[in-house]
Amino acid sequence: MSVNFQVNGKPAQANAETDTPLLWVLRDELGMTGTKFGCGAALCGACTVHVNGEAVRSCQTPLSTVAGKKVATVEGLSKNNTHPLQVAWIKHDVPQCGYCQSGQLMSAAALLAKNTNPSDADIDNAMSGNICRCGTYPRIRAAIKDAAATMLKA
Amino acid sequence: MIDTQTSRRSFLKAGATASGGLLMAVTLPGTLGQAMAAGTVHTPNAWVHIADDNTITILSAHSEMGQGVHTSMPMLVAEELNVDMNQIRVVDAPPGAAYVNALLGAQITGGSTSVRGSWEKLRVAGAQVREMLISAAAAHWGVDREVVKANKGMLTGPKGQKGTYGEFAELASRMPVPEKPAIKDPKDFRIVGKRTKRVDTPAKTNGTAEFGIDVKLPGMVYATVQQCPVIGGKVKSFDAAQAKGMPGVQAVVQISDGVAVVADSWWRAKKAMETVKVQWDEGAGATLSDAGIIEGTRQAAKNGKVIEITKPQGDVAAALKGAAKVIEAEYVSPMQSHSPLEPMNFTAHVQGNKVLLVGPTQFQQGAQGAVAGALGVKPEDITLKTTFLGGGFGRRLELDFVVQAAEISKAVGKPVKLLWTREEDMVHDYYRPAGVNQLKASLDGSGMPVALHFKVASQSVTQRAFGLPKDTLDPFMAEAAVTGYNIPNTQHDLVIHDSGMRVGYWRAVSHSMNAFANESFVDELAKAAGQDPYAYRMKMLAGKPRFANVLKLAAEKAGWGKPLPAGRARGIALMEGYDSYLAEVAEVSLNKDGSVKVHKVTVAADVGQMVNPDTVEAQLQSSIIFGMGAVLKHQITMANGRVQETNYNVYEPVRMYEAPQIDIVLVKSTEKPGGIGEPGTAVAAPAIANAVAALTGKRVRRLPITADAIRQA
Repeated sequence: MSVNFQVNGKPAQANAETDTPLLWVLRDELGMTGTKFGCGAALCGACTVHVNGEAVRSCQTPLSTVAGKKVATVEGLSKNNTHPLQVAWIKHDVPQCGYCQSGQLMSAAALLAKNTNPSDADIDNAMSGNICRCGTYPRIRAAIKDAAATMLKA
Repeated sequence: MIDTQTSRRSFLKAGATASGGLLMAVTLPGTLGQAMAAGTVHTPNAWVHIADDNTITILSAHSEMGQGVHTSMPMLVAEELNVDMNQIRVVDAPPGAAYVNALLGAQITGGSTSVRGSWEKLRVAGAQVREMLISAAAAHWGVDREVVKANKGMLTGPKGQKGTYGEFAELASRMPVPEKPAIKDPKDFRIVGKRTKRVDTPAKTNGTAEFGIDVKLPGMVYATVQQCPVIGGKVKSFDAAQAKGMPGVQAVVQISDGVAVVADSWWRAKKAMETVKVQWDEGAGATLSDAGIIEGTRQAAKNGKVIEITKPQGDVAAALKGAAKVIEAEYVSPMQSHSPLEPMNFTAHVQGNKVLLVGPTQFQQGAQGAVAGALGVKPEDITLKTTFLGGGFGRRLELDFVVQAAEISKAVGKPVKLLWTREEDMVHDYYRPAGVNQLKASLDGSGMPVALHFKVASQSVTQRAFGLPKDTLDPFMAEAAVTGYNIPNTQHDLVIHDSGMRVGYWRAVSHSMNAFANESFVDELAKAAGQDPYAYRMKMLAGKPRFANVLKLAAEKAGWGKPLPAGRARGIALMEGYDSYLAEVAEVSLNKDGSVKVHKVTVAADVGQMVNPDTVEAQLQSSIIFGMGAVLKHQITMANGRVQETNYNVYEPVRMYEAPQIDIVLVKSTEKPGGIGEPGTAVAAPAIANAVAALTGKRVRRLPITADAIRQA
């Protein structure tokens, strides 16, 4: 039985068992490896994607639950790094090892979609589910504020 | 492949590449043996690839694990090659003798050595290629070398002659190699020392960066492993009947370290693994506990065989005996896990005697050698490609997961991507060993130390990893043991204690425990003397300008001595490590639950000459936040030989809401470059511990400094 849904605006079909986490459907069946596996238990946020605009941990999201829904991944922000968050991430040279950054970007995108001018506390709330073992937090914070300012002007 | 013997001589090898360009291996005079002995940088290393279309590729002998080497290494080459950073691309070097890190004697990314080891050799290498391109153009145009210019990938002659580096690459490869090409005076640098955008950032913001977990080979299958919950235990038997019948499962195979399930997707392999029942021979490790390991280390510190870290100064015993005041303290550092966010993984394809390995490693030659040994093949028949590392911190110096991937591929005859679960990763680490530091000092009538006896007992990683003989000094246990303070009588002792734990190099290695002890103790002495900890340190730094300077700069920037809001306090700490000098001031308060809130860390760093100051700042931010986790939150505990921390809920790194403001002061310097990936981690511990002591009046001498630890202090 296959499951139909959208990924980054395009129709997608997956044939994995329906209890397979979306993370592994994206990575191994659809070949979209931007979304990462870190803990398998919704503790680190490396697998964060959007389902119908909400940030979710795709390692804990069974394929069956996304049937007919819109999934967005880091590849959907933009391929050429033109999304304001990507621009800000590059401006501040946020990533170090970079492994967590897809998840960080998707959590930040979900935050800015609802809150165009986040405070430090808002950023703490939205981003504390995403672990960065390299400790890029100060730059993530700066980049989110930068991107928010850009998006407000636009 | 690089030939070890010939590559030690100054020469240039050239061969046509698939793209029709030239691969030029530039080598430098000097032998590896001499270089290792002297700790200098004159080893063969650098590679420049110039294609016909003028694409200039620089090979990095160091793995990119976040520390910025894919930018800093090419910057050094580009500076002398006279090209802009946007004109080059960087790829990881294959395993090879030419890429040996002279500071460590093997092809290793670690020990904060990349810039220190490459500072001169990569600039010379860039200059050699530049000079050879000039020679080629001069010969072709029939003009003197002196009138040919090489700039931004173009060669130009006096009468308007022009050609790209690519057009002259082949001819250049036949030109003599200048032994000592002129390299720039640092004041003329265009690239080195300037804030430079990382070349790897764009790929890390759109999901295209390839980590080990992202590797895909044609026909590849997926594997996961189950290893004995007691590290070192072996498979007695296993029952995989159920697993073999599950969807997509191709094989269940026993390997040296446990049992692997191979399937057509990783999730199917993992689901099937949950049904595999293994009987283990747990081995000697089954009796280990963290309390036993620490107590054993403490006993070793008291009674174990002592190795001198350095020659004693003066007469410590006599000075202690006649002292007006003697202070003693013991500091305990528990075990820690690396837990990089990308779980251990590697991809292998074994075809007869030929092996392809692709994945994240800090130790290319080691991976090649370990797989060669495990499979009985020749190292030269193993091709290894390095991907981005999703964090390293020392964990990817180890080779267990690489060998496992090769063993599984050999068993199933297909390309295999092995990926561990987070739980396997966390309970099968090579852990930062526990350490016990015992310090004793006498003070004179003015409160200043007359004698200091420093002793550290811990486990030797170098004995396990590199076969260091027993009863010899392991320099990676003695880092930051000797401080910059002027004390007339000093003695520094090391006791090596094998706890039975599987230990590894963890970011900052022994700096982390030794700096925690030394700098906590200095604060305790200052308190006993009734003096300000900053002023007390400064009194002991006459003739130590680099130490004194960073201490002063950090104190000034942090507003040392200025009033703080109620409920806040500052702590200060100082250290030299990796040829870098760091002072940190931490400003803390207590949360309602009694845990420590770090509001701000101010760091002054003299790291000598810098390649990319922005990366230096990034590494300071990184190392402080990484260190904070071990100072305040996490540790590895054990019961019945089993590591108890299995995921990030119980071994929880610092999160966004806990990350402090970090203020950085960088010292302009003409000194040789120091390492910066690690020292900040070590200094964070005493700076925070000292701030907590200043705030609460309680001295916590065992990490981590949790709410309970403060209450019980």
